[in-house]
Amino acid sequence: MAPPNRRRPVSLGELAGQGKTLKRLFSYITRGYKGYLALVLGCILISSLAGVAGSLFLRVLIDDHITPLLAMAEPDFSGLRNALLVMAGTFLAGVMATYLFYRMMAVIAQGVLKEIRDEMFAHMQLLPVKFFDTHTHGDLMSRYTNDTDTLRQMIAQSLPQLFLSVVTVASVFTAMVATNLLLTGVVLLSLGLTLSITKRIAENSGKYFMRQQASLGQTNGYIEEMIHGQKVVKVFCYEERAKEKFDRLNEELRVNATKANSYANILMPVMGNLSHLQYVLVAIIGGALAIGGIGGITLGAIASFLQLSRTFNRPIAQASQQLNAVVMALAGAKRIFALLDEEIERDEGTVTLVHARYTDDGRLVETTERTGIWAWKQPQADGTITYTELKGDVRFDDVDFSYDGEKQVLHQITLYAKPGQKVAFVGATGAGKTTIANLLNRFYDVERGVILFDGIDIRQIKKRDLRRSLGIVLQDTHLFTGTVKENIRYGRLEATDAEIYAAAKQANAHGFISMLPHGYDTVLEEAGADLSQGQRQLLSIARAQVADAPVMILDEATSSIDTRTEAIVQKGMDVLMEGRTVFVIAHRLSTIRNADVILLLEEGRIVERGTHAELLAKKGRYYQLYTGTFELA
Amino acid sequence: MFKQLFSCIGEYKKESLLAPLTVTGEVMLEVLIPLIMADLIDKGIVLGRMDVILRLGGILVVAVLISLAFGVLAGLYASRASAGFAANLRKRMYYAVQDFSFSNIDRFSTASLVTRLTTDVTHVEHAYQMVIRVAVRSPMMLLFSLLMSFRVNPGLSLIFLVVIPFLGLGLYLIARRAFPIFHRVFRAYDRLNRVVQENLRGIRVVKSFVREEHETRKFRAVSQQIHDDFILAEKILALNAPLMQSAIYLCLLLISWVGARMVVVTTMTTGQLVSLFSYSLQILMSLMMLSMVFVMLSISRVSAERIVEVMNEKPDLHNPVAPVREVKNGEIRFEQVSFSYSNDPDHLCLVDINLQIEAGQTVGIIGGTGSGKTTLVQLIPRLYDVTKGAVYVGGVDVRAYDLQALREQVAMVLQKNVLFSGTIKENLRWGNANATDEELVAACRLAQADEFIRALPEGYDTYLEQGGVNLSGGQKQRLCIARALLKKPRILILDDSTSAVDTKTDALIRKAFRERLPEMTKLIIAQRVASVMDADLIVVMDQGRVVAAGTHEELLATNQIYREVYTSQLRGGEDLGATE
Repeated sequence: MAPPNRRRPVSLGELAGQGKTLKRLFSYITRGYKGYLALVLGCILISSLAGVAGSLFLRVLIDDHITPLLAMAEPDFSGLRNALLVMAGTFLAGVMATYLFYRMMAVIAQGVLKEIRDEMFAHMQLLPVKFFDTHTHGDLMSRYTNDTDTLRQMIAQSLPQLFLSVVTVASVFTAMVATNLLLTGVVLLSLGLTLSITKRIAENSGKYFMRQQASLGQTNGYIEEMIHGQKVVKVFCYEERAKEKFDRLNEELRVNATKANSYANILMPVMGNLSHLQYVLVAIIGGALAIGGIGGITLGAIASFLQLSRTFNRPIAQASQQLNAVVMALAGAKRIFALLDEEIERDEGTVTLVHARYTDDGRLVETTERTGIWAWKQPQADGTITYTELKGDVRFDDVDFSYDGEKQVLHQITLYAKPGQKVAFVGATGAGKTTIANLLNRFYDVERGVILFDGIDIRQIKKRDLRRSLGIVLQDTHLFTGTVKENIRYGRLEATDAEIYAAAKQANAHGFISMLPHGYDTVLEEAGADLSQGQRQLLSIARAQVADAPVMILDEATSSIDTRTEAIVQKGMDVLMEGRTVFVIAHRLSTIRNADVILLLEEGRIVERGTHAELLAKKGRYYQLYTGTFELA
Repeated sequence: MFKQLFSCIGEYKKESLLAPLTVTGEVMLEVLIPLIMADLIDKGIVLGRMDVILRLGGILVVAVLISLAFGVLAGLYASRASAGFAANLRKRMYYAVQDFSFSNIDRFSTASLVTRLTTDVTHVEHAYQMVIRVAVRSPMMLLFSLLMSFRVNPGLSLIFLVVIPFLGLGLYLIARRAFPIFHRVFRAYDRLNRVVQENLRGIRVVKSFVREEHETRKFRAVSQQIHDDFILAEKILALNAPLMQSAIYLCLLLISWVGARMVVVTTMTTGQLVSLFSYSLQILMSLMMLSMVFVMLSISRVSAERIVEVMNEKPDLHNPVAPVREVKNGEIRFEQVSFSYSNDPDHLCLVDINLQIEAGQTVGIIGGTGSGKTTLVQLIPRLYDVTKGAVYVGGVDVRAYDLQALREQVAMVLQKNVLFSGTIKENLRWGNANATDEELVAACRLAQADEFIRALPEGYDTYLEQGGVNLSGGQKQRLCIARALLKKPRILILDDSTSAVDTKTDALIRKAFRERLPEMTKLIIAQRVASVMDADLIVVMDQGRVVAAGTHEELLATNQIYREVYTSQLRGGEDLGATE
């Protein structure tokens, strides 16, 4: 659950400049709930007017019923009874309006939130990989958690409260003016005083609040780092020194938190007691006026004015609190909208991937059933459609690339893989191996040069069809919470159980899956944290196997698997590679040796290419690498 | 549970007591105001006596000012007390964690420990502030307002006694019905977070398999559930406000009806009637606040429980009564050692280990994942206690040593090693806070780290981000080795600590150890046979047992597993120098 909001008084100034965000937020409400909205506003109006009527009733009660009756010998209460019945009716309407309003607000707020949430997630799915590379997960996650939560508070509570306050203040003010102009002046004066004092407090509070947040961030950061390294702390007997720094940060936080909270804490008593003060002043001045006979003020008028002045102050105090929540929520909304405004992955491709078969006369035609043959369906400029069989012929022609437009990551990469060939990339971290894979499935687009897939520029191919033709096994396996079966099926959603078992067997994963408590129906918690790295890898191989893509990109896992498991994983990989064009980011000699061509990358350039034997004979960089005389950092 | 928490109030007892006291003072004065006001109306305004109005008005102003002072003081005390309480909570937990043994740390995940020390403390801090202020204020207000209204008019005040229980029951029933649904909502939120998190982590998989729509469907399902449940819960909660209003209005009408009659037949004055209206508002508002406090407190209860759990966790390892403080030499002996992480003799991770390692020897340990290599070496610096048997270092049972003295002499480079944010120098000084710059350089030379450190723009003063992300895997490992060497230990344990270091540098490190640190006992766990081939003794482990021990030549001749691993790596299963 979301942590309780830190109370931080804000000024109206902070609210200014948020108009755009507010407007956009409102558009969500008006879009789906226009009818509701009118009802809600009506309900708030009724509810608040009933409240004001309650305050004004005191005057009627005293002046019209009690005072005249006091003079009567035989008091007749029927007038009072009727008046009370009218009031009861008014109150009933008010109560019902309040209930309806809260109910409807729940529906509106949750509806809007759901829409924003769903839109955010759906939109996020369309964003380019670059976006995910440049934003931390924590940052993105908080938009689904903290930001939407503050938004909920704002829509469901703060906005209606604010509106309620405005209506109440307006109607109470009218009532006050109608009751007595002079006393209204007194109330306004004291209100001015209250506001100027609370503004001072709020400013100070805001200042210290920032310091407290900074201090909290530091302390929590230190705690996090130390606890993550707690075992190292133990091994080095670093406990005492770790305590020293913690104590310093903790004390700093305590001091800042005390100050920030002090200002926030005195705000309410100050406002409350100033309103009492005003109450007393109204009574004294009202009394003086009544005695002096100025303005024709009655006892009932004073009594109801006293009540009114209280009703006047409360919504103002509440509104200032709600303003906090609104400002915080708008900051959150801004972040959410920023995500929604991110430009989605562009795709101008027109070529799609279809099932195909050869007719008896040797023509390639489109078909709906799985034939094992795939074809690129290519609409031509003249309106005709051509089909090219998917074979897995991949060429890079003089490709340059940089992630940020400045630092060149790939230089003049030219390479080709004939159908069924195995191409291995070898090189240090940052040499550009992963980048080549990123370009092939168009996580990023080439800067210069061209990549051809069966002779078609991959930029002409629809991204989803291109990616469907490429299977991928990543170094970090990324499983999802769900059963083993569901995880394998991720490769092809319509795969039958039999196909899943077959894929698992081919990937060499069937053995360990059968040993799991519920076999294929075992639920993997926390993305398979219970499985060993080797097992997770086998599952991701099975997943790629079931996808059955004609071209494979494999990023081999590096270390931490023992030799035996590695042999099993290797066998799974070997099956996966059979009959496919394969690009391997290789870390193992066994993989590399069997490659049709090895490309040695250094700083984004291909520095050596050839088969294992050729490269060894050359006695160059590859030879050094193989004999272990330089480190791949 | 509360005993533990209360003890953390510590030096803030004074503030913690003064806050509720001053709040009570504020409330008492606030409650007096309507009472005096009634007099002011009846004896001043009604009778037209300006002197009475001024006198009572003056009293009221003074009362308000004192109430203001009390209120402000209460706020100040409450903030000092709660911030101090939170600081103490954090400190108590943090210190407790420092005393944790490895098995204690294993029992809590690090993520959950961090949440307990951060978010949970914040929750409890808010709750505490509430307890000493609002949770005092509301019942006090309720109580005093009731007392006062009884003083004004006992008969009329009976109305409150009727309305309050109904309102209280209503609020309680609403909370009780809404609560389980909210819990369900929170769990659904967890699921939603998980879907997003897994999606973010696996975004490349999602995109590669073109599963964007599948993921969106998954998300929508959870999102819809939150939507439905939330509306359900809020529809119940929507009864709160109207219930409250009904109570207020009901009181207003009843007081008007009955009160007006009383005033007319002169058992009550108009001023008293007005003051009763004030009290009715105060009474019902404080009841509302009370129900809010109740909700807030029950939410933070979970956090409090999680905090106390950490405080109550007993460290598994204790210093002996009369500890041995000197480790004589680097001799290590395992005598019939069995070990289980769960202390369960049926689930042993190490079975009946007997091993004799002389001081100064280099020992290689080899075996598959889960064969017990790491577990074995962790017993030497007593990171865990044996389940059966005994481990001796320098001829003394490790359980007889002072823990710190033992660990100063047994340096261990963990498999999952961590560098901390700070300069390289600061990181190295973890090994020895007082090491001179020369000593730092010397250690780094031995670990073959000096060269790359000097090549960095700011050399030894280069700032490392958290986790040392700006270094390569091999560089990090060499720094960790240097850090351990700075302890000048009698025993050095490397747990797969050179896996990302290339074979040549790896060999140089071992050569430096052999030549420069002949006294030090060296234990090396490795996947690569090449890393242990030249050791004095190689231990082969399999399924928690030592299946063979000997030199490279002996093992090649006699041990099947060793031979298999060796030939498979020679044939080309060997890593091409790992690249992280």
